[in-house]
Amino acid sequence: MTETALAMSESDTRPRAEFAVSLKGVTKRYDRGVAALGPFDLDVSDGDFVSLLGPSGCGKSTALRIIAGLSAPTSGTVRVAGGGRSIGFVFQEPTLMPWASVRDNVALPLKLARRPRVDIDRHVDAVLARVGLAEFAMAYPRELSGGMRMRVSLARALVTDPDILLMDEPFAALDEITRFRLNNDLLALWHDLRKTVIFVTHSVFESVYLSRRVVVMTARPGRISAEFRIDTAEPRGEDFRTSAEYAAYCREVSAGLSRASGEGGR
Amino acid sequence: MNSPDRSAPSDMRDSSAVQRVSIARVVLPIAVLMAGVLVWDLVVRLNAIPPYVLPGPELVATTLVKDWPILWQSLLATLLTTLEGFVAAAVGGVALALLFNQSKWLEQALLPYAIILQVTPVIAIAPLLLIYLPQQTAVIVCAWIVAFFPVLSNTALGLNSVDRNLAGLFQLHGASRMQTLRYLKLPAALPYILGGLRIAGGLSLIGAVVAEIAAGSAGAGSGLAYRIAESGYRLNIPRMFAALLLLSVTGIVIYMCLAAVSHLLLRRWHESAFGKES
Repeated sequence: MTETALAMSESDTRPRAEFAVSLKGVTKRYDRGVAALGPFDLDVSDGDFVSLLGPSGCGKSTALRIIAGLSAPTSGTVRVAGGGRSIGFVFQEPTLMPWASVRDNVALPLKLARRPRVDIDRHVDAVLARVGLAEFAMAYPRELSGGMRMRVSLARALVTDPDILLMDEPFAALDEITRFRLNNDLLALWHDLRKTVIFVTHSVFESVYLSRRVVVMTARPGRISAEFRIDTAEPRGEDFRTSAEYAAYCREVSAGLSRASGEGGR
Repeated sequence: MNSPDRSAPSDMRDSSAVQRVSIARVVLPIAVLMAGVLVWDLVVRLNAIPPYVLPGPELVATTLVKDWPILWQSLLATLLTTLEGFVAAAVGGVALALLFNQSKWLEQALLPYAIILQVTPVIAIAPLLLIYLPQQTAVIVCAWIVAFFPVLSNTALGLNSVDRNLAGLFQLHGASRMQTLRYLKLPAALPYILGGLRIAGGLSLIGAVVAEIAAGSAGAGSGLAYRIAESGYRLNIPRMFAALLLLSVTGIVIYMCLAAVSHLLLRRWHESAFGKES
C-alpha cells in the first residue's frame, strides 16, 4: 500500500474514503421474479483492481450496473465514494455514437457536464494521446478496428478523470492478440493513474493477469463463492503471463471457478 | 484465395461485375421505357386509335411543348401545395413524435386519432375539408393528412431505437432531457426520420392531387390535377397525358431529391449509405 500512496500524483488532493465501493446485502430480482443477484457483499478499497469472475449470466454485469447506478438494487445498500459522480464505465461493446467522430465521442461526458470548450479540448487531446489514438481524432467509429473502438470507449471513460473505473467484459469480443495488447495498456494505465478498477470477465486468465483480487461468483443468483489475492511483483508484463507463478494462480482460480459452477447447480 | 496471384484477378472480376451491375441499373429501365413507348406508338398507329381515346407518344410530346405555358403554371401551383403539405407533415410528424416520446400519456391519448386520420381515405375527407376550409388551405391540409403519419411513426420508431447502453451512458453522466434528446435520440432517429420523409414526399404529392381533383368541379383550382380533370371534361386527352407525365416526373424528382438529402446527411456514418462491399 505504501507503493500506492507514493504513486498517487501530487495533484490528486481529493479526500478519499477508505472503501471506494461498498455493497452490503445487495440483491436484484427482476420483474418476472428471477433472482439475478445476491445477497452480495463487496468492499473495494481505493486504488484496488478487482475482477468479478463467473460464468455468463451469473449477475456480474448486474452487480456492475448497480454500482454505476444504472440499475436499482431490490434490497441492500450501495455506497460509492464521491456519491457515484466520479465513475467511468466501459461497456462490453464499444457503445460509440456512430454519427460522431472519435473526438466528439470522447468529449461527450465533458459536454454533458457543460464544461467550457477549451477545457474539453485539452482533456480530449490528452486522453486520446494516452490511448494512442491522437491521429484518429477525426475518424468515425465505423472506420476503426474493433480494438481501436474499444480504445475510444476507454478514452471516453477516462476523460472525466474518474476515481472508479467499471469495466463490463470490455475485451471479450476482441481477438487474442488485440486483447493481450489492451490488457497491457490497461495495466500501464492503472499503474500510472491508480484508479479503482472493477473488471467483469469470464476469463480466468484475464482476471489473474490483470487484477489484485479475483472474486469468483456463482450463477443464479450471483453470489460470492471464493476470493483470491494475486500478490506478485508490480508492474506486471509479458514475463508474468508466461511465468510458473501465473500458471499456478490460474490453476487455483480455475478450480475455484469449477467449484462455484458446481454450487450454482449446473 | 490467399495467394495474391489468384486474388488479384478475382478482385478485377469483382470490380467489373460491380460496374456491370451499375450500368445495368441505368440501361435496363431506359430500355424498358423505350420498348414501352414503341409498343404504345405501334398500338395507336396499327389500330388507328383516335387521339381522344388514346393519343400516341408523339402527340403527347408536342402537346407538352405547345401547352407548356399553361402546364408550367399548373405545375408550379401543385408543387407549392405539395411543398407546403410536405413541410407541414415533416414538422408536424416530428414534433408529435417528440411529444409522444416525452409523455406516454399524451401518446396513449392521441395516437389512436393519428391512426384514424391515417386509415380514413383522404379522398373521402377532401370534399368535407373543401366545405369547411378555404380551398387553398383545404388542399394543403389534405397533403398534410396523407403525409404526416409515416413521418410520425418512423420518428417514433427511431426515438425508441436508441442503443440501451448509450442511453445508460447518458444517464451515468447526468444528461438532462434536452441533452439526451439533442445528442442521442435525434441523431439516432435521423435515418428513420429521413426514411419517413422519403415516403412523405411522394404522399404529399398524392394528397395535393386528390384534393385538387376533389376541388376540380368547383373550378377555382389551377394545379396539374385540376388540369387533368378539366382536360377530361373537354375530351382534351393529349393534354391529360401531358399533365400526367409531368406529375410522374415531379414525383420522381421529389423522391430523388429526398434520397440525395438522406445520402448527404448519412454518408459518413450510417450503413445504408455504404455499398455492399464494405
